[in-house]
Amino acid sequence: MSAPILELANVEAAYGPVQALRGVSLKVERGRIVAVLGANGAGKSTILKTISGIIEPRKGQIRFEGEEIGGRDPAWIVRRGIGHVPEGREVFPFLTVEENLRMGAYTRSDPEGVARDLEMVYGYFPVLKERARQEAGLLSGGQQQMLAISRALLSRPKLMLMDEPSLGLSPLLTREIFGIISRINREQGTTILLVEQNARMALAVAHYGYILEVGRIVMEDTCENLARKEDVQEFYLGVKAQGVRGQRRWKRKKQWR
Amino acid sequence: MTDLAQLLVAGISTGCVYALVALGFVLIYKATETVNFAQGDLMMLGAFFALTSSTVFGWPYWATIVFAAAVMAVVGMTVERIVIRPVLGHPAFTVVMITIGVGYVMRGIVTMVPGWGTETYQIPTPFAEAVWTAGGVVLPVQQLAVIAMTAALCAVLYVFFRFTRIGIAMQATSQNQLAAYYMGIPVRRVNMMIWGLSAAVAAFAGILLAPVTFVHSNMGFIGLKAFPAAVVGGFGSVPGAIVGGLIIGVVEALAGYYLPEGFKDVAAYVVVLLVLMLRPSGLFGETMRKKV
Repeated sequence: MSAPILELANVEAAYGPVQALRGVSLKVERGRIVAVLGANGAGKSTILKTISGIIEPRKGQIRFEGEEIGGRDPAWIVRRGIGHVPEGREVFPFLTVEENLRMGAYTRSDPEGVARDLEMVYGYFPVLKERARQEAGLLSGGQQQMLAISRALLSRPKLMLMDEPSLGLSPLLTREIFGIISRINREQGTTILLVEQNARMALAVAHYGYILEVGRIVMEDTCENLARKEDVQEFYLGVKAQGVRGQRRWKRKKQWR
Repeated sequence: MTDLAQLLVAGISTGCVYALVALGFVLIYKATETVNFAQGDLMMLGAFFALTSSTVFGWPYWATIVFAAAVMAVVGMTVERIVIRPVLGHPAFTVVMITIGVGYVMRGIVTMVPGWGTETYQIPTPFAEAVWTAGGVVLPVQQLAVIAMTAALCAVLYVFFRFTRIGIAMQATSQNQLAAYYMGIPVRRVNMMIWGLSAAVAAFAGILLAPVTFVHSNMGFIGLKAFPAAVVGGFGSVPGAIVGGLIIGVVEALAGYYLPEGFKDVAAYVVVLLVLMLRPSGLFGETMRKKV
């Protein structure tokens, strides 16, 4: 197996006095979809923000293609080949859809390549082409999510960070978006690091998963294996073990093994 | 009738100056969420640079405009880099106080520079005292030139913000700074350039204002009239700043002629009160809720 495209080693990060990451280590293999699952406030988004250079790690190393990127300028990190689909879309509301996409290609200087990639994302999301001249703030939530994904794709990332792509979307739309994430990974060879609360969807799409609790990785495995673990089933997939009388009178403790 | 036409033209031409200073307020506010109370003083400094290049170097009018705008762009970027950037993230009040301080410092420096000082000067213009008569209406070419030049500048700025990569990036940065970081836009450099741009626009305004109020170290107080213009337009809207400036200019001109002495100076603030009562977010206030 080749060297991982991204490697975090004992990364710690904090918001002022609040420690959000307490020594996170994870690896992302090239060409894979890797999911990080966790509850609210577990530190999932913080991992992505630290990789993108928005938050400086207090300790630890972040290596992208063997190069240390921890604490570098966000623009420099984008140029290295990391695209970020932020939580809650964060489109530019008063720019048109196409201008939003062109801002995604801000770091690039090959107009033909950008034009080709515009056609590519319009292929994935035809609705964006129909609404190319409209302001992004007028799009629906799902369309904004599509725009955010497309915008990140336009920087031609080797690694795409996706923060809760299912946030606020209907189950049907969530399935559609995840289908396309899978296709992008297959067809463009883009490695994806995905952070999700929707564990069922994430485990179905990703190859490998990490489970994050209160700033620590408590478990990692292939997604098939993760989906079979009792703790994951109980706490992330909502499958409850049944007692003999059809009710449950105990509270399960997390074992993480 | 002829009175009215002449008043309107006079009002619009003063309004143009308000509009340009207000534009500077809005650009900086949108980029760094800071109200830059030194905007008027940037204008004053720009006018002094124009004065020097015109009287000392003996350059033609158009060259002085380019020169003053270029120098002020550098001044604006320097102020952002040295004074504003280190305090961003502190409470808004701190940043506002610092911009007020920057204004005082500029006024102080100007009075110390030999050849500038506390005197009042005039920048020679090619329009001078010429008038243009049409059907009994007598219009000073000076005022028409101010209107035309402001319109030209607005057109240039429109093209810049709408069609150039860096212009769109400036818009993007002021709409969503975090996302701009994620796109690889050099946000800090873009903000610095916005300060440079507003300072250059201020210099332009200063040159347009020079024939009306002359050049002196306190001419920056016109910023106090441009501020209501920005508020009327809905602080944070570029077209709003322009329209707000024109409205205030016209209202002031009409109030000065038709109403008793004294109303002219408060007219701008009365307009602000009225607009804020009827439309609390200003005429062009951009409100858009985030979709979840």
